[in-house]
Amino acid sequence: MNQSLLLQCTDIRKAFPKPDGAELLVLEGMNLDLQEGQIVGLLGRSGSGKSTLLRLIAGLAEPTAGQVYYLGHPIVGPASGIAMVFQSFALFPWLTVFENVALGLEAQRLPRAEIRKRSLAAIDLIGLDGFESAYPRELSGGMRQRVGFARALVVHPNILLMDEPFSALDVLTAETLRTDFLDLWSEGRMPIKGVILVTHNIEEAVLMCDRILVFGSNPGRILSEIKVSLPQPRNRLDPSFRELVERIYVEMTARPKGAATGGRHERFPGLGIGSVLPKVSTNLLSGLIEAVAAPPFNGTADLPKIASDLQMEIDELFPVAETLQLLRFAEVEGGDIKLAEDGLAFAHAEVDERKRIFMRHLLTYVPLAAHVRRVLDERASHSARKSRFIDELEDFMSEDAADQTLRAVIRWARYAEAFAYDDENAMFSLENPT
Amino acid sequence: MKRFAPYVFLSELATRWDVLAFVVVIGLIAFLGETSRGLFAPLSQLSSIPLSLDPIHLPEYAARTTFRMLAGLILSLIFTLTYATWAAKSERAGKLLVPILDILQSVPILGFISITVVFFLSLAPGRVLGAEFASIFAIFTSQAWNMAFSFYQSLRTIPTELTEAAESFRLSPWMRFWQLEVPFAMPALIWNMMMSMSGGWFFVVASESISVGHTTVALPGVGSYIALAIAQKNLVAIGWAIFTMLIVILLYDQLLFRPLVAWVDRFRVEQEPGVRVPNSWALTMMRRSRLVKAATVAFHAAVLWTSRAVQRRDTPTPLAEERPKRSLDLFWVSLVIAAVVLALWHIVAVLIANTPLREALHVCGLAFLTMLRVFILIALASLIWVPIGVWVGMRPRAAQIVQPIAQFMAAFPANLLFPIAVFGIVKWRLNPDVYLSPLMILGTQWYILFNVIAGASAIPAEMRYVAANFRITGWLWWRKVALPAVLPFYVTGAITASGGSWNAAIVAELATWGDTQVQARGLGAYIAEATTAGDFHRIVLGIGTMSLFVVIINRLFWRPLYYYAERKYRLT
Repeated sequence: MNQSLLLQCTDIRKAFPKPDGAELLVLEGMNLDLQEGQIVGLLGRSGSGKSTLLRLIAGLAEPTAGQVYYLGHPIVGPASGIAMVFQSFALFPWLTVFENVALGLEAQRLPRAEIRKRSLAAIDLIGLDGFESAYPRELSGGMRQRVGFARALVVHPNILLMDEPFSALDVLTAETLRTDFLDLWSEGRMPIKGVILVTHNIEEAVLMCDRILVFGSNPGRILSEIKVSLPQPRNRLDPSFRELVERIYVEMTARPKGAATGGRHERFPGLGIGSVLPKVSTNLLSGLIEAVAAPPFNGTADLPKIASDLQMEIDELFPVAETLQLLRFAEVEGGDIKLAEDGLAFAHAEVDERKRIFMRHLLTYVPLAAHVRRVLDERASHSARKSRFIDELEDFMSEDAADQTLRAVIRWARYAEAFAYDDENAMFSLENPT
Repeated sequence: MKRFAPYVFLSELATRWDVLAFVVVIGLIAFLGETSRGLFAPLSQLSSIPLSLDPIHLPEYAARTTFRMLAGLILSLIFTLTYATWAAKSERAGKLLVPILDILQSVPILGFISITVVFFLSLAPGRVLGAEFASIFAIFTSQAWNMAFSFYQSLRTIPTELTEAAESFRLSPWMRFWQLEVPFAMPALIWNMMMSMSGGWFFVVASESISVGHTTVALPGVGSYIALAIAQKNLVAIGWAIFTMLIVILLYDQLLFRPLVAWVDRFRVEQEPGVRVPNSWALTMMRRSRLVKAATVAFHAAVLWTSRAVQRRDTPTPLAEERPKRSLDLFWVSLVIAAVVLALWHIVAVLIANTPLREALHVCGLAFLTMLRVFILIALASLIWVPIGVWVGMRPRAAQIVQPIAQFMAAFPANLLFPIAVFGIVKWRLNPDVYLSPLMILGTQWYILFNVIAGASAIPAEMRYVAANFRITGWLWWRKVALPAVLPFYVTGAITASGGSWNAAIVAELATWGDTQVQARGLGAYIAEATTAGDFHRIVLGIGTMSLFVVIINRLFWRPLYYYAERKYRLT
């Protein structure tokens, strides 16, 4: 294992200034290295800072502290040996396939003949032969992302950065593209030496990567590193493959160790008024409760299994599962979700009974909901401005997070009929709408 | 920041309808001109209403000017709700009504004022009232066409599901109009009202003080104030007028349009995620006020009451469309033919019979001169504003500051600034052929700027990352990334700027300062001169030629360019 070091990140920290002068911490204590011949996966949910890290490596943004080294030299601005593939393809609609691919070489001011030769070679390699003169709008999503790959490969980068390159494609197309990419990679036909892949798809990470870094949120940090030593090509049905997927689920659903120290920025832990609440609709909540309660799960479900049954990505599934946990309808641990007593009762109840159960849990376990209700009860007018609560929340979180949190509570409270909200006047009240 | 499509290019109807529409419109103008000529003499004694340059009167003048704007806006709204609805609902009528709108858009309003002033003066019993009508009509003509186009466009693009829902609940046509069609068209309509408004200020200022032949009409208002200041060579008074106008437009924006834009947001059928919800302090205030609440509740009740009062249909409409009756078709066609023949006859009688060939050629030559000016100016303005607009648009903070300023500048009536320029030209004896020209684009260049800013800020972040990642910089970046990305927006801005510049030519090519007159050679000056002389044949000839030029340039140059840019350079 005498590989050379392509890239190294040391103690990266990234924070964005907030309007009120405080800062929003996105990444902290981030260490990462990329050896030649490796595909490293950055796996985490949205908001875990993995895309931000990718942009730091690409030189599109600068870290607040720490340093990114490429071949031993610190990165300042976009480096010539690092190319990127984007989730939304980001092709220029006014350029043909050929022109899109050639653009990176034109920027290097190479001779015309060489631009042509290398562009055609890249187009050929990635399987776009015959599409040279097509415009992106004429292509399917899969073909567009192939152009994205060709455009990145044509500049002969040492490192290829991929920002969820398959997540905008349908399942079949994505799988074809992954396999094609892995074939080219293992045959050494691409001019690249190392790959960093950002994804929120656990199976994709296990399928493609040699090492997986699991990211945690608020602030983004590496929770654990998992080596994948299965030989390529990998089989999704292979027991050791499944075992790895299961293990990552367990890692990702583990209770944060330092819940108390994580303080108010953690998503669910301390559960003061200042916890950020996710955007989860009551339909999703009751939908997941019903799915877990029903056979074959009968109250306890393996998360990878139910994720594939419901065709949900972890990005969609985890917030719902965690909200159920927050409301004490379910317990999430060790890669499983287990319904609590009231969760099961909810699953079997009629509409009105469901609302009663939901209201009880909402007002007991969500302090913000209880707080709003208390304020409304105490006031003679039984009404209150939204701004009153936003101000309170902004002591704990950013403006956007405060708005999202209050909207989440409004949504749940409307379902539970705990209190009403009039968006036009931005007023909370106990009355029913007239 | 949204972009509004130039409705000039909306009509995709056969060109013969366009030709018919052109004939009808010009015929109508010729008819008005002919009628006015007869009415002209007895009114020549009308004296101007005494005005004072004392700034203390400015608030009152500003209020009167604003009132005219509001009246024009309400008229335009009524016109929009009727004309556009008719055009959209009746296939038969739409064939002619839509091209007519298109042609009307190209008619230079300022040239038109002289004719309408005399016409309305003759109609109204009190003379001042007639002049007021003429002024309001001028504002109306500057606003109504694109509002009507916007409404027509919305009516034609209501999603089928919504129409079917209305159909299945058996809403009466009246209810359907107020509950579905008007709300659906509202966002685009409000946006176009705002754009119309920015044009409107220019015309309200120009239309308040008009002299046709020996008749001088000066309505109390900011426009007349400035005309008097020009006549008396009073630079201080002009400064006061400019200051007043700044405040008026600011108030109008804050008290009328910001609240409207924020309010209309709820009518959007598709909420694009990530788009900032517009905000208005005035609207928030109104929503919290009990008085306003009571008023809106009453209004709502009234709407509901009319809906109930208009009897609901009890028999469902037959699903199959009834075949239009042949006799009705025949009647319609003969009506159109009659109108066209009548219009042709007027054109022949008024224009052709009274115009020697040399005069016609001379006017065409002048039109070419003005066209040259417009194109050179648009090119120059583009050279300046496109790079600046891209620079600003790429920086959200700068855009937040510059964008409202650019929109404000577009609304500001540039003709208020003319006297300052003319003062300079007279003082330093500059060549008016060159130095009067920039005035034409003074007020319209901002459309280029704010459209380009909007375009540049709409470039997706990932696309910028691509450029940075592949280190595309310098001229290559401008050529392959920035310019193509803003092109559709730029074309929209340039079309508006070009149309506005043609109109402005009428006041820009011939300017006065006290008793000194500076004149550039061009069609605008020709029309302005004919107006002062009260020569209706030449006015109609000038207007007709200008309309023809604008229509042809739109069809042969801007329309293809617009479609090309939309097709190839649109970011989706």
